[in-house]
Amino acid sequence: MDNDKKNIDEISGVETTGHVWDGIQELNNPLPRWWLWTFYGCIVFAIGYAIYYPSIPLINEATKGVSGYSSRAEVAAELQAASDANSDLVAQLASIDVADIAQNEALQRFAIAGGASAFKVYCSQCHGSGAQGFVGYPNLNDDAWIWGGAVDQIYSTIAHGIRYDQDEDTRLSEMPAFGRDGILSAAEIRDLANYVRSLSGQDHDAASVAAATPLFADNCAACHGEAGEGNQDLGAPNLSDAVWLYGSDTDAIASQIQNPSHGVMPAWLDRLGDVTVKKLSVYVHSLGGGE
Amino acid sequence: MKYTATVIALAVAAVLALMGAALGRDDLFRAHSGILFFILTAAAFFLLNRAPLSVPTDAGAIPFRGAGESSPAYIDGPIRYGVIATLFWGIVGFLVGIVIAAQLAWPDLNIEPYLNFGRLRPLHTSAVVFAFGGNALICTSFWVVQRTSRQKLFGGDLAWFVFWGYQLFIVLAATGYVIGVTQSREYAEPEWYVDLLLTIVWVAYLVVFLGTIMTRRESHIYVANWFYLSFIVTVAMLHVVNNLAVPVSFMGSKSYSAFAGVQDALTQWWYGHNAVGFFLTAGFLGMMYYFMPKQAGRPVYSYRLSIVHFWSLIFLYIWAGPHHLHYTALPDWAQTLGMVFSIMLWMPSWGGMINGLMTLSGAWDKVRTDPLIRMMVMALAFYGMSTFEGPMMSIKSINSLSHYTDWTIGHVHSGALGWVGMISFAAVYFLVPKLWARTQLYSLRMVNWHFWLATLGIVVYASVMWVSGITQGLMWREYDEQGFLVYSFAETVAAMHPYYALRVLGGGLYFLGALIMAYNIYQTIRGRVRDERPLVSLAPQPAE
Repeated sequence: MDNDKKNIDEISGVETTGHVWDGIQELNNPLPRWWLWTFYGCIVFAIGYAIYYPSIPLINEATKGVSGYSSRAEVAAELQAASDANSDLVAQLASIDVADIAQNEALQRFAIAGGASAFKVYCSQCHGSGAQGFVGYPNLNDDAWIWGGAVDQIYSTIAHGIRYDQDEDTRLSEMPAFGRDGILSAAEIRDLANYVRSLSGQDHDAASVAAATPLFADNCAACHGEAGEGNQDLGAPNLSDAVWLYGSDTDAIASQIQNPSHGVMPAWLDRLGDVTVKKLSVYVHSLGGGE
Repeated sequence: MKYTATVIALAVAAVLALMGAALGRDDLFRAHSGILFFILTAAAFFLLNRAPLSVPTDAGAIPFRGAGESSPAYIDGPIRYGVIATLFWGIVGFLVGIVIAAQLAWPDLNIEPYLNFGRLRPLHTSAVVFAFGGNALICTSFWVVQRTSRQKLFGGDLAWFVFWGYQLFIVLAATGYVIGVTQSREYAEPEWYVDLLLTIVWVAYLVVFLGTIMTRRESHIYVANWFYLSFIVTVAMLHVVNNLAVPVSFMGSKSYSAFAGVQDALTQWWYGHNAVGFFLTAGFLGMMYYFMPKQAGRPVYSYRLSIVHFWSLIFLYIWAGPHHLHYTALPDWAQTLGMVFSIMLWMPSWGGMINGLMTLSGAWDKVRTDPLIRMMVMALAFYGMSTFEGPMMSIKSINSLSHYTDWTIGHVHSGALGWVGMISFAAVYFLVPKLWARTQLYSLRMVNWHFWLATLGIVVYASVMWVSGITQGLMWREYDEQGFLVYSFAETVAAMHPYYALRVLGGGLYFLGALIMAYNIYQTIRGRVRDERPLVSLAPQPAE
């Protein structure tokens, strides 16, 4: 051992490089074998992978690799396989009337599964993941239907939307703004709100109800019915049940008479196509309240 | 008057800022110029008032600047400021991180418009990466390059310009995010005029660092300086290219990128990935390569390994960015290359971990006795874990599950909290007693508390993000037997709630550790020593 030339670290017995920076020295250990061979292994894998898959950009296009792989082709094949797997059922759905789907049990099960899936993507934002609705967005689990709960009525609502001005066949109803437009006074609206509450058996002021009885007959009954039972042809909600789109307290009802909120739902037929709208209709119908 | 030129320059800049505030083409530019005006004016008045500063009142105390350098051979003033800025921005960044974590768990905490998640998230990332990490890198690099070159910082007061210019960049970036100035490029959100400021500051930084190396009194350049230099040079290149943009008006806050479509995305992720590679990896490896052997008192394990892993790391890292764009419009060949370069990067990254850990051979007992070594070892352990996880997540089939999920967030934080945070804390604990000429830290027991709180915080954070990320990825891709989607997006969000709440806890533990550190450092600078039992009794205790 030629200690005159070599600097040996006493603890490890390994030679140092002889450099010292601010007291720091460096041992002259070799590269760890496992490290080096793993590094080589990664490089070999990388080269193999790059030969197998597209990797080298050339002038007009890249090398295709031994596999000829393309992520676009892969996703196209997966979509095709998914579509082929259900093509019979989809073809049946396309040709059948939406009201008749329930007669074919396999077809109905398929439609409900597909409708549930489409609902999560397109409908849950407003109606909720469980179709429970929010204030201003109807709950679809109950049996209260503004525009009708038969499966073909639901189809029509989804296909053409509600107050959606880009669709000629959209569902359209506009309750007048009785307060804003000066048809009724604030006191009259207050009385009417009490009257409306009385229709569903909620607490109310008897004097107000008496005062509002002729007001209801003159202003409201034409659409909502004598007993407030509603009219699905006109999109007039039932006022005698326990389901309230904008709230059941006196203030909420008065506000709706004063200056009503008019919700809008888009028409989905052009976007999703007939089959998906059929699936959605069957799914919504199956939620529990379908008529 | 010592600061005449500086005060005049500040005053001129303040007048320009005032013009910007008056004549700007949009509200945001006017507001931002107004903020700049107040900062510059305040700085000018501050310097005017402390002009004759040469007499320190307490002869024993070392002032931040001026006569009492801790070592007359070196310029340490900007390093002292830098250490404090590192701690300050660290605490700001961690706190904002906790706030946004809480906003994700409880959305009602979003306070419109200034304090909603969208504005605070870039504030958090910039505060921890660029303000905390950047200040840690700048101040440690100034310390390391002087000591390992046996040379004063090149350019004299230019180091002060780098420090204050960088703080101004941070403040302008942060205030911009909150008032709504952003170019919407992740980790590069500041608009064109703040980018220009950073470019000038960064070139000055390069001049100081490179000038010091070129005038060094050692024949060789120490490995830590290779890493620091690669970080400075590459970040300059990344910053300039990714921020190439055309301002709508030179008096306006909006600009349009020079790139569009998938080229824009690829440029952004070339930048974003190498910000991780060169800012958060190479830069902090430079830090590790100095403070680990210094604190351990042992030679670096292998000179050859440091050469091979340095060159392989910087050569391979720069090509790995496309793995952020798997299964997008990016052509397949670029995705392939992004993946294979990431896989080849595994061992070069681990080279740093091996060299750091093996430096302890012959001194492993210090893991038990020295909490600073313990922090550095934990930093390297998290470094090794994240640099294994990264290449793994770049594999396309794994990425198809992990991409866009919280797994990525967990990965980033095990690197950021574990590696970047821990190694920076250790470096600060190392530097402070030396910078202020104190014999020791105020309390080693508090360092130990900091270590355990931070470690526990990271473990909680990373593990809940793994669980939530994988849950999220599996729920998104869940199909029923007929090929229909099973979960709505809102259902996957709802499923994350418990994990998001736990994440707040993990971040809170980490933040608590940083507060303990701040107190410890404050007392150390004041020259106090805590009356406490030694952390470890070196001799075996007799049984009673």
